[in-house]
Amino acid sequence: MSDPTDFTLAEARDAVAAKKISSRELTAAFIKAMEAARPLNAYITETPERALEMAAASDARLAKGAARPLEGLPLGIKDLYCTKGVRTTAGSNILSNFVPPYESTVTQNLWDAGAVLLGKTNLDEFAMGSSTETSHFGPTVSPWRAKNSNAKLVPGGSSGGSATAVSANLCLAATGTDTGGSIRQPAALTGSVGIKPTYGRCSRWGIVAFASSLDQAGPMTRTVRDAAILLKAMAGADPKDSTSVDTPVPDYEAGLELGVKGLRIGIPKEYRVEGAPPEIDALWSKAAEWLRGEGAEIVEVSLPHTKHALPTYYIVAPAEASSNLARYDGVRYGRRADGVSELIDLYERSRAEGFGAEVRRRIMIGTYVLSAGYYDAYYARAQKVRSLILRDFTRAFEKCDVLLTPATPGPAFAFGANSDDPVAMYLNDVFTVTVNLAGLPGLVVPGGLSAEGLPLGLQLIGKAFDEATVLRVGRAVESAANFTAKPQPWWRAP
Amino acid sequence: MSAKLIQGSTGAWEIVVGLEVHCQVLSKAKLFSGAATEFGAEPNSQVSYVDAAMPGMLPVINRTCVEQAVRTGLGLKAKVNLTSVFDRKNYFYPDLPAGYQISQYKNPIVGEGEVFIDLAGGESARVGIERLHMEQDAGKSLHDQDPDHSYVDLNRAGVCLMEIVSRPDMRSSEEAAAFLKKLRAIVRYLGTCDGNMDEGSMRADVNVSVRKPGAPLGTRCEIKNVNSMRFIAQAIEFEARRQVDVLESGGSIKQETRLFDAKAGETRPMRSKEEAHDYRYFPDPDLLPLVLEQAWVDAIAASLPELPDEKRARFIKMGLSAYDATVLVAEKEAADYFEAMLAAGAEGKAAANWLNNEYFGRLNKAGLAIADGPVSANANSAIVQMVSEGVISGKTAKDVLDVVWSEGGDPRAVVESRGLTQVTDTGAIEQAVDAVIAANPDKVAAAKSKPTLAGWFVGQVMKATGGKANPASVNAMVKARLGLPDEG
Repeated sequence: MSDPTDFTLAEARDAVAAKKISSRELTAAFIKAMEAARPLNAYITETPERALEMAAASDARLAKGAARPLEGLPLGIKDLYCTKGVRTTAGSNILSNFVPPYESTVTQNLWDAGAVLLGKTNLDEFAMGSSTETSHFGPTVSPWRAKNSNAKLVPGGSSGGSATAVSANLCLAATGTDTGGSIRQPAALTGSVGIKPTYGRCSRWGIVAFASSLDQAGPMTRTVRDAAILLKAMAGADPKDSTSVDTPVPDYEAGLELGVKGLRIGIPKEYRVEGAPPEIDALWSKAAEWLRGEGAEIVEVSLPHTKHALPTYYIVAPAEASSNLARYDGVRYGRRADGVSELIDLYERSRAEGFGAEVRRRIMIGTYVLSAGYYDAYYARAQKVRSLILRDFTRAFEKCDVLLTPATPGPAFAFGANSDDPVAMYLNDVFTVTVNLAGLPGLVVPGGLSAEGLPLGLQLIGKAFDEATVLRVGRAVESAANFTAKPQPWWRAP
Repeated sequence: MSAKLIQGSTGAWEIVVGLEVHCQVLSKAKLFSGAATEFGAEPNSQVSYVDAAMPGMLPVINRTCVEQAVRTGLGLKAKVNLTSVFDRKNYFYPDLPAGYQISQYKNPIVGEGEVFIDLAGGESARVGIERLHMEQDAGKSLHDQDPDHSYVDLNRAGVCLMEIVSRPDMRSSEEAAAFLKKLRAIVRYLGTCDGNMDEGSMRADVNVSVRKPGAPLGTRCEIKNVNSMRFIAQAIEFEARRQVDVLESGGSIKQETRLFDAKAGETRPMRSKEEAHDYRYFPDPDLLPLVLEQAWVDAIAASLPELPDEKRARFIKMGLSAYDATVLVAEKEAADYFEAMLAAGAEGKAAANWLNNEYFGRLNKAGLAIADGPVSANANSAIVQMVSEGVISGKTAKDVLDVVWSEGGDPRAVVESRGLTQVTDTGAIEQAVDAVIAANPDKVAAAKSKPTLAGWFVGQVMKATGGKANPASVNAMVKARLGLPDEG
């Protein structure tokens, strides 16, 4: 048998069901891989004992012939999902000691489907970042390196721990969350697959909130099929989340191979940005050709308000964040500053010590744009632009079924490359934020390698609640791209 | 409205008052969580993860609370907004776990309505309602439990409040008190708030300004922390006088929030730190706009109980004086008790007189609420009916009430067993009348020129018969014997 950590989720599922490998064996292999990969810092908290207990329980169910859809399959969970009895930090010092007494709806769905928890993956603090460098627990290192280089690269963010764990075979698949691109950008940078479902598709209950009107949970996987399998298990209406939507969750896997014949694929002309490396455009054109070759019709569409998306996002998201993060005050749980005797002192010092620079910056921006006298100029106007962005998409989808765009403006960058310039860092999300603002599903699949040998991703954007078509087109792109590159395991001791 | 002016050195000033009343909604669970709302529970025993603002928790609206708000809006004859929006009001305080209060800011669930207040002399006046919105209550900081620490009790955190905002339509502390009293009666009739000011389930902030009669509205001050009817009156009186003094000495009123100090009986400005809030309101992204169906609102409207004004009108139509009707409807329990007496057979006017002049007085004296009174509505009804039937006199009725009050029992049985039945035997009454007339020839002579003296004779006869004679018969007979016209 080859190394079981090389399995895709679907392969592992079939192997476990066929009793070719037990869940305990599979889980133990990942635990070993995780130990060997600690230099990557993909996990904040590893839960090997719990993983083996869950695996043993799954093996018992498998033996009884009572297997569930993800029975015995080990996963990494972004450390933004509250897990009962397992420390949940959101990558922040202020929650560094927080152990939730409850389980998020999405992770509960996964455990109910039989999945096994390997550990909690690293992320930018409160999911604010595009490189996983803002984590209080140190940055995650990408398993990928450029040709002829030993320079450390970022895995993207904020779900960089999950992306790394998926890409370096430190789990079968992982969960991410995506507020402006936090699933899709790291997926693109690590040669992985990631989908941000339609807003309301997955429950937000029990996931530490960043920007409530934009946050969505989603899977990060090695293949489109795996994304289809995992999304099915994660999704569903939740009476505890008023913004979740009660609409049937289709069997995404069943429709994957239907092909793209007769589908209309939109190419939004505004996504051709100045200054982007030519290989990004080249890959984009190539993907359109692949789909045309498979029988899809390629149509040019226009999303005229695209250029306003990033500024709009950087008003809406910080505004909501500034309010969502007010609860971290050192009073009831989480980290409290030592030696304070006055209330205002307690707030100021607990928050100043508990939050990192990027989180503080966004709280300041958010507080500013909501302030009396500025609300109309910033927040109210941003909401208007947001509805125009949604209208752009609605009109575009009159002409096509799915949009094809680049995933990111470039491949993975070096540690610290964008750390001094927040705006340069924010530009990483230029192709992804529009989808969050419009609440639509967006899928990233690997399309090829850059000249430096680093993964480049492609994005497919669909109509609301039409993840099925997005995944189906994604499967066609995946198949045409035939992306087989894997990072060399340089992190393992020789 | 009749203005009560205050005199200053430069002439008369008019007081202008508006109220913002917080009513705790009667519901088993909180506005956005399933935690219980019972008053007086162990600290922090009724707190869900949502109320404690644990990471990742989300609010889910409680349908019952919405229904109660709509019901209250309809009771205030107000417009119910089919779409309303919940906003976050952001500020830091230890008893506000999320760092924001979920409230309704720009789009409240209920718009303009009105309340008619009852003034002295049976007059009534209209006070406009600007809006009613729903919001979460905060928890409670406890500063007296430990010398070095403050504690927080989150039992109240997240309980549903309705904030009812009046127009500045009141012109005196009496009118403000009358408004609050009427509002309290309405929500209690509706069953949407228990109106208990002692437990804090009804609290008011008072906006006060003064102006020369006919002048535009002056600058107002908001007075917080006024938690009884008496304090509201005191706070308004003090604040209006303060403002007049400031204006007359050449100063101007600064719009500010002031606290009422009940001990000193005065208002004083809150420290600027306490009021310098920029609440950064914005729509709560965790909650969709609240959309109601007209049919649902209509169904609630159809299920509304009879409200005080309608009840009062019905009582007056039934023959009650405006005064009696107003007194009876002011407290729902009083009106219910009265109607129970009617249901048991008593006649309206007689029952109202009996309650307002006799029974409620005794309850008051004994410090008892109607529900805790020792005499049932059925028993009081029987007493009133026996008077109407002429079985006992009004005086005997009071004696019967004494007995039933202290010993219980069926009033008719009490009358029967103690021989209290009124003497209607004309023979016996005639004898008594004749005896009194014979014994007082001088008074008989005087009565010829002063007919009101008949009353004295009636009193003597009643005394002689131990109060058992039928007063109407005695009256008629005395007048006949004295040769006075009988006017009924």
